[in-house]
Amino acid sequence: MIDYFYLIPIAIGLGVVTLGTFIWCLRSGQYDDLDGAAERILFETDEEVSRPLGRK
Amino acid sequence: MGCCAVPIEPLAPPAAGEELRLASHALDAGRRQSDISVPTIHCGACIRTIEEELGRLPGVEHVRVNLSTKRVAVRWLGTPPPLLEALRELGFEANLCDPDTGRHDAQFRQLILALAVAGFAAGNIMMLSIGVWAGAEDSSRTILHAVSALIALPALAYSGRVFFASAWNALRHGRTNMDVPISIGVLLAFGLSVYETIVHGAHAYFDAATMLLFFLLIGRTLDHLMRERARVAVKGLARLAARGAMVVAPDGMRAYTPLAEIEPGMSVLLAAGERVPVDAVVSEGRSEIDCSLVTGESVPQPAVEGTRLQAGTLNLTGALTVVASSHATDSFLAEMMRMMAAAEASRSGYRGIADRVARYYAPVVHLTALFTFAGWMLAGADLHRAVTVAIAVLIITCPCALGLAVPMVQVAAARRLFESGIMVRDGAALERLAEIDGVVFDKTGTLTLGKPSVCKAQTFDPGALGIAAAIASHSRHPYSVAIATAGEPAAMRFGHVREIPGCGLEASAGGSEYRLGRPDWAAADHALADGVACTKDGRLLAAFRLDDRLRQDSQAAIRSLRSQGLTVEILSGDADQAVGKVAKTLGIQHRSRVSPASKAEYLAAASGRKLLMVGDGLNDAPALAAAHASMAPASAADVGRNAADLVFLRESLMAVPRAIAVARQAGRLTRQNVALAVIYNAIAVPIAIAGEATPLIAAAAMSLSSVLVVTNSLRLGTAASVKKYTQRESPAPAMAAERSMA
Repeated sequence: MIDYFYLIPIAIGLGVVTLGTFIWCLRSGQYDDLDGAAERILFETDEEVSRPLGRK
Repeated sequence: MGCCAVPIEPLAPPAAGEELRLASHALDAGRRQSDISVPTIHCGACIRTIEEELGRLPGVEHVRVNLSTKRVAVRWLGTPPPLLEALRELGFEANLCDPDTGRHDAQFRQLILALAVAGFAAGNIMMLSIGVWAGAEDSSRTILHAVSALIALPALAYSGRVFFASAWNALRHGRTNMDVPISIGVLLAFGLSVYETIVHGAHAYFDAATMLLFFLLIGRTLDHLMRERARVAVKGLARLAARGAMVVAPDGMRAYTPLAEIEPGMSVLLAAGERVPVDAVVSEGRSEIDCSLVTGESVPQPAVEGTRLQAGTLNLTGALTVVASSHATDSFLAEMMRMMAAAEASRSGYRGIADRVARYYAPVVHLTALFTFAGWMLAGADLHRAVTVAIAVLIITCPCALGLAVPMVQVAAARRLFESGIMVRDGAALERLAEIDGVVFDKTGTLTLGKPSVCKAQTFDPGALGIAAAIASHSRHPYSVAIATAGEPAAMRFGHVREIPGCGLEASAGGSEYRLGRPDWAAADHALADGVACTKDGRLLAAFRLDDRLRQDSQAAIRSLRSQGLTVEILSGDADQAVGKVAKTLGIQHRSRVSPASKAEYLAAASGRKLLMVGDGLNDAPALAAAHASMAPASAADVGRNAADLVFLRESLMAVPRAIAVARQAGRLTRQNVALAVIYNAIAVPIAIAGEATPLIAAAAMSLSSVLVVTNSLRLGTAASVKKYTQRESPAPAMAAERSMA
């Protein structure tokens, strides 16, 4: 019975972390250009990590 | 870069910088951002070339290419940099986009977030529910239920808003849509489950409620994604109307003025290659005017002092000074917009199949639940038992499969069409397209390409074609453009090249005088009837005959339409002779010299018939809006493109029969899906009425029916299903570009 009190919170906590990570990715514009990201990984030059244009 | 595109003649109209400023939006500290659509970007090399080259321009701060939307966002400071010119020099065709308000983007973001939250909740609650189904009892079960409730409450509040808002909106206007039974089902399921949890009951439906939201949101999101993709692609096409014009003040000062601020009486300078901004009268200069997009006339019209020009026509050969005779709001374009609005209003509000089904579905389901409640009460059950069973009926009939039945098919169909270069702007358009029984074509620009091409070239000198092409490349008259592409331009140095509006081009090289133009001007001694002549010191080098060529596969497309049992006719604003010739070649009925208003009337008054209008011109826009369904090529006027339900990007006219075939197939699959959903209910409802619908059965039945419906929808993706309607498919020239878009 006592198992419920840590197993369930751990399970749900992991889920919440995943959800939060996804929302963060979405907000920071990582899903804005999926095709472009696939090409850019092959570029030799490093680019600075920048937020996409037009967002604050 | 070499792999991506061929250089395009840099013929940028003047005042491009000012136009760039008008179409950009301000950021902080004097920075501005321009969005440019570059449809031919398709690989990593393109990205790098554009970002590096544009980044070198003075004033440019940051360049970012988006390969998915095929757009370039440029942040710049100070004077507008020559972005479009630079892109053209690199070989990329580029169009300015209006600054995006980001409204659609925000809506999509909200849907994705709602989907993520619903997915999280459904997954976790399902995990806890397995514990219950496995036989958890008493306090363990209550704990599992309570935790589920804690997850479900915020998920429903956040993700459910999409449906609740829509259902509430429908109810307030005295209508019902599919969201009404969905919302009622979800809310009652949640309410009942909370009550069960509090009284330590056995059956809680948290899993069913959240899973339902998750499945339905998948459908919604895909639907939105598809429409958004079509919207972006259509918006990225070249804008044909002017944003402003160079106004000359009485004191001689020139200023680039936005369209809305141009007053009647103002003098406007119109360079060759610019479109007439508002209705105007020529006060100075000679030129030729291309009216094909406005009136459907395929032959360029001469313009001299006193000629009245309609807004939207293209000035071809000489610079003109014109005096505006109306506001932008009273011009020909604005009149077309008003006629379109009227035509759209008179087209009785079409109700999609989902709404029509919902109108019967909701009352039936709710009455069934009510009768179940009454039946159990009469049979002597207690209040709690009767309410539980009635709500179980509502949960099991909650139209999960039905909610997916229509959007999933439309998404599959839109995707299928997208791969063939056809953009669907609206899901309901496919339903309407499937119902049509006749097709009406415009001629110029729709059946034909809307621009002349050389159909016969007679040469009297080897290398004459090359000389003609070299001279022709100095002009943007449609005939010159056609001749320039007909031959490989010879490497010649011309002393001077002069364009004489209404006559042709005059050039000198190596002490000889070359002329390319009207036969009676260029080769007066030779008896040539029409076409274009090329002469060297009066000696005839070559004679060309030009014609507005038929679109690729026109004949095959018309045959295919006929074999689908559709009537085909032409409705054109062009002269009778030109229309008659095309009609005869294709073997179809025609009407010529039809005004925009009578076009719209003809389509609206087609008593009992459902017509598809295919047109491209400004004069077709009201007809496009009035027709039961409408299609426009990518080369269409902006207004026409926005009025049309579907826009096809490729040259081939096979797009029309193909779209109809896919739409009909989609209609059939939609009906199958609705039937499947109804069968599911016919099986599940008796179980629920009998009081046997446990949460486990509800969850299994719901997911099973959804999977069935989605699988059936995806059958549309198979090539064989559409092939039997389209007899011949020509290989597409823009395959590579299209593939990376899909």
